[in-house]
Amino acid sequence: MGRITLDKVTKSFGETQVIPPLDLTIDDGEFTVFVGPSGCGKSTLLRLIAGLEDTTSGEIRIDGTDATNVPPAKRGLAMVFQSYALYPHMSVRKNIAFPLRMAKMDQAEIERRVEGAASVLNLSDYIERKPGQLSGGQRQRVAIGRAIVREPSAFLFDEPLSNLDAALRVGMRLEISELHKRLETTMIYVTHDQVEAMTMADKIVVLRAGHIEQVGSPLELYRAPRNLFVAGFIGSPKMNFVSGEEAGKHNAHTIGVRPEHITVSESEGRWRGVVGVAEHLGSDTFFHIHQTGLAETITVRADGEVGFNHGDTIYLTPRDEVIHRFDQDGLRIA
Amino acid sequence: MATQHSRSAARLMMAPAVILLLGWMLVPLTMTLLFSFKQYLPLRGGDLGWVGFDNYVRFVSSSAFWPSVVATLTIVGGVLLITIVLGVLLALLLDQPMWGQGIVRILVIAPFFVMPTVSALVWKNMFMDPVNGLFAHLWKFFGAEPVQWLSQASLESIILIVSWQWLPFATLILLTAVQSLDSEQLEAAEMDGAPKVKRFWFIILPHLSRAITVVVLIQTIFLLSIFAEIFVTTQGSFGSRTLTYLIYQRVLESQNVGLGSAGGVYAIILANIVAIFLMRIVGKNLDN
Repeated sequence: MGRITLDKVTKSFGETQVIPPLDLTIDDGEFTVFVGPSGCGKSTLLRLIAGLEDTTSGEIRIDGTDATNVPPAKRGLAMVFQSYALYPHMSVRKNIAFPLRMAKMDQAEIERRVEGAASVLNLSDYIERKPGQLSGGQRQRVAIGRAIVREPSAFLFDEPLSNLDAALRVGMRLEISELHKRLETTMIYVTHDQVEAMTMADKIVVLRAGHIEQVGSPLELYRAPRNLFVAGFIGSPKMNFVSGEEAGKHNAHTIGVRPEHITVSESEGRWRGVVGVAEHLGSDTFFHIHQTGLAETITVRADGEVGFNHGDTIYLTPRDEVIHRFDQDGLRIA
Repeated sequence: MATQHSRSAARLMMAPAVILLLGWMLVPLTMTLLFSFKQYLPLRGGDLGWVGFDNYVRFVSSSAFWPSVVATLTIVGGVLLITIVLGVLLALLLDQPMWGQGIVRILVIAPFFVMPTVSALVWKNMFMDPVNGLFAHLWKFFGAEPVQWLSQASLESIILIVSWQWLPFATLILLTAVQSLDSEQLEAAEMDGAPKVKRFWFIILPHLSRAITVVVLIQTIFLLSIFAEIFVTTQGSFGSRTLTYLIYQRVLESQNVGLGSAGGVYAIILANIVAIFLMRIVGKNLDN
């Protein structure tokens, strides 16, 4: 079990309130991702759940019981830190066994669990090495191993992939997702990378300045962002925002069009512009289009084989059924 | 870019420093070795010729030799123990956020700036004096008989004085080590269910091990040769005569340069035995 409920939780550091009253429920077995720009309070929120920070007011419940003042070790949660926080003087085996030793578990049981975790995470070959002799990805796996041996009711990940290079990050992303599928344990994952959020989450919580902007599944957030912030944050490349006369035609203050929802043509279309930079990725091409009279630049995602060059005139047509409309407060018009 | 030319230029430029250092070390060492094989009594006939290993035999067979070795090692060991235990505790304390941290840290370092002679005098007259010392007053306040520190507990008194001088050094090095510990490691240990004492034992102390070895190494080098503290306080009486002090007495009080030099050679051997042991431990600790 691992159902975590936050009830009007707040956190202040001195005079500054970093988390205004916040309610959130994370269901058992759910993979929840907290995403937001840096400084939005997502890590603080995770540390509140972990118990590494004290809540200023409000209540945190784990499986229905009040855990607000329970010390971190007694909450039944395991955390994977951004720096991995491995104990450098201990071998991989001792690192993984550490929480079990602290729990005064039987030696044979410790052996069994450590071996189990090591084989699940492909660590058996390095088990006698020290963390200093491991690569970034291996260290990451040790940190996860140290978390899973405790068989916690929920895992907390604090930006665990941000210290890895791009290729390894994709691999570890998959491994963590697979681990979640296999263990079916609640996981809370903090990241500033919306791609990680979209690919891994069952439920995404978008945060800004301590406020929850929107909660929903990745596709819900993609299809129906509640406001301009979420619309701009979820999706890559970023959504194009157009205001003024063109938005007025749709009875909105601002309209948002995703780059992938615009069709391009050489000869005809609703908007006319000039191609600035064309980024060829092979599978796709991103065009940055200027002089449309709508916005500074309009980004368009086209097929990889579409050949426009710098300075070419281009015609754009947004797909009307997927245009997002927002009022002057930046909120979505249904 | 190390061409033949630049390499010889480098050698030439380093030469003065190397020659100076070599001379500084080799000349006294050779002279000590030379004198140790001679009967050399400056006030009683001067150089009386070669005597082989006589001085060495006499120095070791003297009743003062073994007690002096024991006293030396006791002082070194005692000071190391006190400075490291208290140093670790003080470092942990000073690492806590508190009001006036900067001033407190400077105050803690202050004893290190006091000259050994001065600090020994201060301790001898202001604290340990059996009539007017602060300790005597303290003892009397509680109705106890004041301790005559320097005669009844001379070795302990010297250990106390020297520890007071070296505690700041240990604290300073250990404090920087404590500060370099990644706070996420402590948080991870906290989440792993380690209470404060176990976090100290399993995370902080291993992290400090390298700094502790450095402190042990550096302090040992200096503690083997402490002199001023003994000279000012007990003059080597009441069992506080260290090897260094014994050599001083042989050379200057008995005016027997040959015998003292032989003692000096023994001191070098003792220092090297200690150094080999330390290097073994340090090497093991600094490797990983």
